[in-house]
Amino acid sequence: MWLYEKKLQYPVKVSTCNPKLAKFLIEQYGGADGELSAALRYLNQRYTIPDKVIGLLTDIGTEEFAHLEMIATMVYKLTKDATPEQLKEAGLGAHYANHDRALFYHDAAGTPWTATYIQAKGDPIADLYEDIAAEEKARATYQWIINMSDDPFLNDGLKFLREREVVHSQRFREAVEILKEEQGKKKYY
Amino acid sequence: MSFSMRKTYAPYVGPYDPCPPIRVKSYDTPPQLYLGFQPPGLEQFPPREALRRGTLWRALYSPYENPYKPS
Repeated sequence: MWLYEKKLQYPVKVSTCNPKLAKFLIEQYGGADGELSAALRYLNQRYTIPDKVIGLLTDIGTEEFAHLEMIATMVYKLTKDATPEQLKEAGLGAHYANHDRALFYHDAAGTPWTATYIQAKGDPIADLYEDIAAEEKARATYQWIINMSDDPFLNDGLKFLREREVVHSQRFREAVEILKEEQGKKKYY
Repeated sequence: MSFSMRKTYAPYVGPYDPCPPIRVKSYDTPPQLYLGFQPPGLEQFPPREALRRGTLWRALYSPYENPYKPS
């Protein structure tokens, strides 16, 4: 069960009406390495992972939904007052034809989200290694979007999200270390 | 910190490359690649600053700027 807090994890500010950036940002919404994929991957894997790391997957999976909400807010703000003409110029004509200004779970190239983006192998090491890779890929995606964006407010939010990928990767790496730990051995920190 | 968060390499530049060559390419090597299991007692950011930066831990803070931006 979840409790919903009616606020964003980090404030989302956008300086200009720039639907072109929305087209790139949607990669983190419904793309292979986006926040939806991340949330669903972790919250599903957690049932069949050793007890010691279930909580980590629950926490991070939950936070990914908070990130999804931030991306959604960014995309919405960048497009909500754009005219169909502006959307067309931004390369969002095909999106407008199908969805008006509604958000949809697809990547920057328009490919709809698919469950084949995520995996649950049931092997704890395989699953955690996938999760570490997913965090690094999401970090890289944020970097590429920041490299194309000249909106300082938006980049501020994106840099926060990128830092969270760094922290999540660190925690998944620690989870692997916990599972690697030789049983019955004395621990030294 | 004893590591750099960015590494560089110089790829081969051919005589007939169509675009002006980027002679030095770089990639990110953020702190989680080096920290190992986080030891206790690491230095923290003050709470308000931590909320803004996205991490409580100085050792995990990885600032990022567009590397293509002329500075």
